[in-house]
Amino acid sequence: MYLPHTEKDKEEMLKAIGVSSFEDLVKQIPSKFLNPEYNLPEGLDEVQAARHIQKLSEKNRKTLNFLGAGAYERYIPAAINALISRGEFLTAYTPYQAESSQGTLQTIYEYQSCMCALYGMDCSNASMYDGATSLAEAARAAVRITGKKKIIYSAAINPQYLKVMKTYFAQSEEYEFIACPLEDGKVTLASLDKVLDERAACFILQTPNFFGLIEDGEAIGKAVKEKGIIFIVSADPASLGMLKTPGEMGADFATGEGQSLGLPLSYGGPYLGIFTCAKPLVRQMPGRIVGMTTDKDGKRGFVLTLQAREQHIRRDKASSNICSNEALCALSATIYATLLGPSGLKELAEANAGAAAAAAEKLTKIPGIKKTFSGNFFNEFVITLPCDADKLREKILEKENIDIGLPLKTLFPEMGNALLVCATETKTEEDIDRLAKAVKENL
Amino acid sequence: MIDNRLSIEKSVPGRRGITFKNSLRAKAAIPAALCRKEAPLLPEMSEFDAVRHFTKLSSLNFSVDTHFYPLGSCTMKYNPRFNEEVSALKGFTAVHPLAKDSAAQGTLEMLYDLSSRLTELTGMDGITLQPAAGAHGEFTGLITAKAYFRAHGETERVEVIVPDSAHGTNPATASMAGFSTVNIASEPDGRLSLTKLKEKLGPKTAVVMLTVPNTLGIFESRIEEIAKAVHEAGALLYMDGANFNALIGLVKPGEIGVDLMHLNMHKTFSTPHGGGGPGAGAIAAKKHLLPHLPMPLVKKDNGKYFCDYGDSRSSGQVKSFFGNTGVLVKAYAYLLTHSAKETGDIARMAILNANYVLAKLKDMYPCYSKEYCMHECVLTPGHDMIEKGLKTLDIAKGLLDKGFHAPTVYFPLIVHEALMIEPTETESKETLDEFIKAMREIHDEGIADPDSLKAAPLRQAVKRLDEVQAARKPNIRWQA
Amino acid sequence: MKPEELKYAKSHEWIKLGDEAVVGVSDYAQHEMGDVVFVELPKVGQKAEKEKQCAVVESVKSAFDILSPVSGTITAVNEAVAADPALLNQSPLDEGWLFKIKPENPADAETLLTWEQYQVFIKQA
Repeated sequence: MYLPHTEKDKEEMLKAIGVSSFEDLVKQIPSKFLNPEYNLPEGLDEVQAARHIQKLSEKNRKTLNFLGAGAYERYIPAAINALISRGEFLTAYTPYQAESSQGTLQTIYEYQSCMCALYGMDCSNASMYDGATSLAEAARAAVRITGKKKIIYSAAINPQYLKVMKTYFAQSEEYEFIACPLEDGKVTLASLDKVLDERAACFILQTPNFFGLIEDGEAIGKAVKEKGIIFIVSADPASLGMLKTPGEMGADFATGEGQSLGLPLSYGGPYLGIFTCAKPLVRQMPGRIVGMTTDKDGKRGFVLTLQAREQHIRRDKASSNICSNEALCALSATIYATLLGPSGLKELAEANAGAAAAAAEKLTKIPGIKKTFSGNFFNEFVITLPCDADKLREKILEKENIDIGLPLKTLFPEMGNALLVCATETKTEEDIDRLAKAVKENL
Repeated sequence: MIDNRLSIEKSVPGRRGITFKNSLRAKAAIPAALCRKEAPLLPEMSEFDAVRHFTKLSSLNFSVDTHFYPLGSCTMKYNPRFNEEVSALKGFTAVHPLAKDSAAQGTLEMLYDLSSRLTELTGMDGITLQPAAGAHGEFTGLITAKAYFRAHGETERVEVIVPDSAHGTNPATASMAGFSTVNIASEPDGRLSLTKLKEKLGPKTAVVMLTVPNTLGIFESRIEEIAKAVHEAGALLYMDGANFNALIGLVKPGEIGVDLMHLNMHKTFSTPHGGGGPGAGAIAAKKHLLPHLPMPLVKKDNGKYFCDYGDSRSSGQVKSFFGNTGVLVKAYAYLLTHSAKETGDIARMAILNANYVLAKLKDMYPCYSKEYCMHECVLTPGHDMIEKGLKTLDIAKGLLDKGFHAPTVYFPLIVHEALMIEPTETESKETLDEFIKAMREIHDEGIADPDSLKAAPLRQAVKRLDEVQAARKPNIRWQA
Repeated sequence: MKPEELKYAKSHEWIKLGDEAVVGVSDYAQHEMGDVVFVELPKVGQKAEKEKQCAVVESVKSAFDILSPVSGTITAVNEAVAADPALLNQSPLDEGWLFKIKPENPADAETLLTWEQYQVFIKQA
């Protein structure tokens, strides 16, 4: 298959090594452990394997999809796949040898620049695994900086992010997690006032929040900073071509799920953890950072920098254990941001907000369906159905091949028959009419 | 002359790569008070501008496709194009992670089959595919261990024992998971001392993390006794599987006493490294640890596949949704095309290649160990080079000019001036011969004219870079 | 400062003893570290313990824990060296000092090395 060795090669190599058989090379392995029985199927040739995998992929159902909740259906410009499939990007590794990795290094520098521009922040790292782990690492940084063990978060952050964050604190009871209650689906100054106190390491806000609502980040940020608490904002980068930036809100750390920048859904990954911060906190960032410098001749070049924070140097005192990140996904996001530019990103945000507004308008015209919250939303919104949301979803999926959105009862039992519906730039008026018709007919 | 202008420096106001003409845009009604004041400072380029910009940048990289890349411990093997093609199938990429199980049967079946194959190859009882990378896998392993001890009321186990030859991620992971690290110095042959291990083992020990084969490319021959001592102390044996390429199809870690281990899909299972990810990790575990793995796990009932979210014994969730499924498809495609014997050949040829390089270079570049190596070997510059003031870094840079990526340098930390070479199984004898020739030339040319080797590289996009300036005055983004 | 007038810890910090003692890194140590790129200083008012970490010095590819030679309270830190870490290389004994500390236990000084003892010590190392 992928091995080049001929019998002649093997013989010559063994001879050069000075042994008569391969077994002589592995005498350090106790023989009873060598060559065990494996219960594995026969290997397929490429033709057979292609057919097998093609069939598997066809077992997934192709639906008209209105699911969001942290992962969004995106149109992926054709140039992206063409560029990230280039072997020079695809099959390189972490740019340890700077002189022969300038391509990867410069694209990471451009990635960091694009993320800073989008989030309105001073610094960005080279990426984390996904939006959830980025947020968790920001909370860990806040705890490390302040020495405080109380974490306050908006009750409208993505429930998966909360789960991951608790796991990142090793489920330890040493840490206190306090949810800020919501009013009409959002954090308000009054609700914030009930939970903010100086013993907290940080306050975490997500905007647009899990229910799609746009938070008043600026006012919230001001209240948080007045208490001397670190302010962490998780924001969808696809919204930032238009919406207020975490930087404008006064965020100390801003994170996000970069899947929104032209990455496929792929059942959960690989995605892209965006991690940015204010300048004084640059050394608190986990992971790789690329910097611009000059070579011996004074020519511009790029290197991995501020490495003494990292695991390969600091070992048990490192800011994080992260090593491989999501470099190729970061490249993909960089190309996406470059192709769209400032006006394209604004149009993207408008197309999302417009599609969701249209879907909300059509759905709430159906008798019995109400919008659950009154605030402004970006590309998803919650409606309350007059029937069981899970059953309706199942029924429409089977009958019409439409996934109408995420029923919220499992995550938020108090919300009853609420459904989180998302529409991105991939949706047309016709798609939304189909959705509304299907819902109406199957209620 | 190499064009190293940034995209923003090529930007021309008004140029566009992509536009969105969706009529629904008109429906957007977000109040101005919620909008950003200024447009982001992003490049404005045509699609062609962008394609040329990134294509040119790609040409400044060394990669597995273009260069021999013997980066030790990273397993830079060939990344089959078949894997790339099938992972890009729309049927896989279009599935939303919150899709109902009934709408994702193909992906779930793939994950289930991949899990079974990896479980069999490791000789363990079950596996989670949730971790996004190797270090993330280590973290997953340690919090799984933590959940296990918590469930058994053994919360006093707060220490993780790590040999000094370990990857930096091991101690970093231990801290992250809330353990303290206890270091053990390696023996002169690079192995773990059983006596020293027993001294450190005790009622506070939670986990012993061992890289097998270790970072010197040596198998822990006393692994059985090590495992026995660890288990007698009530602790768990964790295997860092970064070097599993030496064992795949040859040894089942489950049989040598390992309780849990991680795998790197981007090392052993041929998925591309992408310039630093995305990878995919996995944690394979023995039966007693399975309820404590992060959830969900993919299970099968009555011919239908489903996600099992476990119960309160689980250690939680280490990333959103499932895992790096897009990468896992590639690893699955790789395994589909290998029988049991063929997987064994991966390890056999990896070991053969490493020993061939070792045999042909050790007279000039002394090896830390006197034994045959497994899938990688650790060499050093000899006295003759050191006397001329030549260092490992100079050899690394000299290799770049001869068209080879450098090995891993200055690691493991226990070897002074280490050059860690992992050729992998997919390289041919001819390529290895060329590499050997280049290494020998670097030695001879370095001895003859040390200054020119110290100035290397001279034939790359840039010469040696000022890392001090980069760290003292960090410039990490463009500004207006 | 004259190197002969200082005391030294085996972890290569120097200390100018007094009611308000001054601490820095020895010339030998700064040389071994190479170009210093970052210095993380303690906070004024913070308690420091003898032979426990209270500052960090980073070079490009390494990080070094700086241990306090005596126990006491930090009374001042050198903001100049934090702003320009090169000072630590250029002038380890003067402009590159790290922090001042009010020692709380006179006996702490007894285990420190004199200049002559330190010279012998680094030759052995």
